[in-house]
Amino acid sequence: MSYSIIKNISYHLPSEIIENKDLAQLFPKNSEETIYKSFGIKKRHIRLPNQTGSDLAFKAAECFFEENLDFDKSKIDFLIFCTEGLDYKAPTSSSVLHYRLGLNENCGCIDMPMGCAGYVYGLSLANAMIVSGNATNVLLLVSDIPSSVIHSQDFDLRCIFGDAGAATLIQASEVKGIGSFVFGNDGEGAKNLIVERGSTRSPIDREWIELYQNEPGYLAHGKMEMNGLEIARFSLQRVPKLLEETLKKNNLTFDEIDLFVFHQASKFILSALKRKCKIPKEKFYEFYENVGNTVSCSIPIALKNAQLEGKLKKGDKLMLLGFGVGYTWGGTIVEWV
Amino acid sequence: MNMQEFISIIEEEFDEVEKETLTPTSSFRQMEGWSSMHALILIALIDNHFDVLLTGEELRVLDTIQDLYDLLVSKKA
Repeated sequence: MSYSIIKNISYHLPSEIIENKDLAQLFPKNSEETIYKSFGIKKRHIRLPNQTGSDLAFKAAECFFEENLDFDKSKIDFLIFCTEGLDYKAPTSSSVLHYRLGLNENCGCIDMPMGCAGYVYGLSLANAMIVSGNATNVLLLVSDIPSSVIHSQDFDLRCIFGDAGAATLIQASEVKGIGSFVFGNDGEGAKNLIVERGSTRSPIDREWIELYQNEPGYLAHGKMEMNGLEIARFSLQRVPKLLEETLKKNNLTFDEIDLFVFHQASKFILSALKRKCKIPKEKFYEFYENVGNTVSCSIPIALKNAQLEGKLKKGDKLMLLGFGVGYTWGGTIVEWV
Repeated sequence: MNMQEFISIIEEEFDEVEKETLTPTSSFRQMEGWSSMHALILIALIDNHFDVLLTGEELRVLDTIQDLYDLLVSKKA
């Protein structure tokens, strides 16, 4: 039986940048310093007008191929694309990406419209395809464009979120680089983080366009609403349990984990979780200062930067936990190769 | 945890609050620059020290440090 490994990761950040001084200018009650103090974020990258999730994923994939010249992309036999900003109702965006990237015809394509837990779920699908013998090289593309659904006057959301795309190659291997998964869901929390309009249940209407006529694109993709307090409560309640369950499922002890890489939700949530789970500072990786919360991209971006900083050694055991919108959560262990 | 210790951990957590200025009758809502962010910080602080995760609603109806302390004591009883 074959196992799977994370072979490599690349990511792409769009070129438009919003710094704290820009936000302080737009929201004069808040200074550059207080924004940094509250959110721990210096800047967020924002998509160019009309750039979609698949455009950022495409750039991330191109970046991956450039950084891994020895890898022959025609070997990719499965493409998973995770985003909450799909291009069309039909066809799948992965199908369009497959064509744009010039991948082999014998390659399955699937979309996964998931958010904060999307990367962990994507890894689980990739791992399942490989372990079951149905694929050997899975390209997992994740991208999110939260800026497209944030109202221009929503201070908190504009401070917290950033857009990005990331590409991960998962390969068949003799080494068990991806461990067992824990999944969970509580749809009662749906209302606490939601993009309510702009899809099938409640499409936008004339009234909506009139209401948001001064917003870019009339907020036609919908408008994100977040109950920050409930999201924080959910995280504090659920993530410590998820951590324990993920250890148990993988027969590991807390001390055997070399690095904890959580979804980079926010400075507040991560600090509270680090404290509650009693994770030593040097084992808790945080990467949001220059990108914000990039939804499904936050874990691969953090992993890549941990790698660049020399924090990942061969054989290290990493705990990846994704949690948020849904509510949905998932955890796994990655052994770095 | 007695009331004095409870007050100290709150003063410790909130940079805006001068040490040894809070009393049981102090209203936490009247604290300098009180915002929804502070409510969050307070909920996380209480969760960490008491293992009680208050809801926003529970916090909303309280006013003073004594109210908060009494609720925690009753929840832990």
